[in-house]
Amino acid sequence: MQVPILKQRDYLIASIQAALTDADLLQLRDALVAQVGTFRSRGVIVDVTALDVMDSFAVRTLRDLAHMIRLRGAETVIVGIQPEVAFAMVQLGLILEGVSTALDLEEGLAFLDKKLKAGSRAG
Amino acid sequence: MDDGISISVTEAVRVQPLSEASVALLRELVAHLRQSRTQLREEWARRITEAQLLTAMSKDEIFAEATAVYDNYVDVLETGSVEALQTYTRNLSERIIPRGVQTHEVVGIVLLLRDVLARSLFAKYQADFTKLNRVLDAYEPAANRIANTVGVSFVQERERVIRAQQEAIRELSTPVLPVRERLLILPVIGTVDPLRARQLTEQLLRGIRTNRARVVVMDITGVPAMDATVANHLVLTVEAARLLGATVIVTGLSPELAQTLVNIGVDLSKTDTVGDLQGGIEEAERLLGYKVSPVEESPKQL
Repeated sequence: MQVPILKQRDYLIASIQAALTDADLLQLRDALVAQVGTFRSRGVIVDVTALDVMDSFAVRTLRDLAHMIRLRGAETVIVGIQPEVAFAMVQLGLILEGVSTALDLEEGLAFLDKKLKAGSRAG
Repeated sequence: MDDGISISVTEAVRVQPLSEASVALLRELVAHLRQSRTQLREEWARRITEAQLLTAMSKDEIFAEATAVYDNYVDVLETGSVEALQTYTRNLSERIIPRGVQTHEVVGIVLLLRDVLARSLFAKYQADFTKLNRVLDAYEPAANRIANTVGVSFVQERERVIRAQQEAIRELSTPVLPVRERLLILPVIGTVDPLRARQLTEQLLRGIRTNRARVVVMDITGVPAMDATVANHLVLTVEAARLLGATVIVTGLSPELAQTLVNIGVDLSKTDTVGDLQGGIEEAERLLGYKVSPVEESPKQL
């Protein structure tokens, strides 16, 4: 199942609605990394609220995604990780190091707004 | 577990069918004990007071309970069924445990009663040694079973009380308190065992979700000690909270706890720690962009 990617102002939003296969995840990663350039986006939000399981491949792909997008000049936020999923992840040592996280879509947008405003002021 | 023990006691009663002769002897015994009830009961109450047992109870109370126990005791000898005695002991324990009556006292008084009754049997059958032996053969297993039943029931009741209290403490033990928009406080008081640690994690992560918290101050001033398992669990909780988009600030680590954590090699370096709760809240306010300043003294309006 392909994940729809929505463009909203300067941001791209990918809302995962159901469990994804490894191939779907890679496809999502490649699409986001490509579209960040196409739309000159400054932020990417990946919403995983609907996921009640995250395996190591999914976590690694999300982490790589965030690092790749940073290299393309944008920020990534993963939003909506469920409490049970979060604890299961840290128990397995899958801590998404170096990746920003937020409670939900709204918080994620607020985080990006703040971060990019601070960045533009500094630059 | 409760049931397991009580079943084994009742079964012990069932698997020992008494011979005709000993049934007759027990009947004679019961008749004797009923007859000398007043005298033996008083003798027993006197010896309880002498041995300084049940000091938490008044003389009248001891006498009243002694009467009830005595009657129950004789009933058990007569019927061989300990169920009524078990129920009575549970009720009795429920009444006397809050008053600080100890296990040794309860076992002590039952053993005293056994001795008092045995003495009266010695006195009654002293002329006929063979019969005395046969009477004791019938009496002793029954009496020991009674002592056993009373002791076990008392301990069971006490364990039930302890379990209920533990449950109550557990329920009260991990409140998650919203203090400002997006700011939660989680005061942890008392020793944290692995079970409580799990509960704490669950409540914290749920609390973050329901209150949409961005910062959590976890105050562990009231935690005297922590082992490696619990400490590592705490670190995992902090990480998990980060995945939900919340920052956890740990405050109030005592010097001893800090030393222990460093000695056992728990890595708290990625965790924000602040000396006390006040500092933690100030730090949280800073992260959330609040600025607290005193209201300026203004002249009275109107």
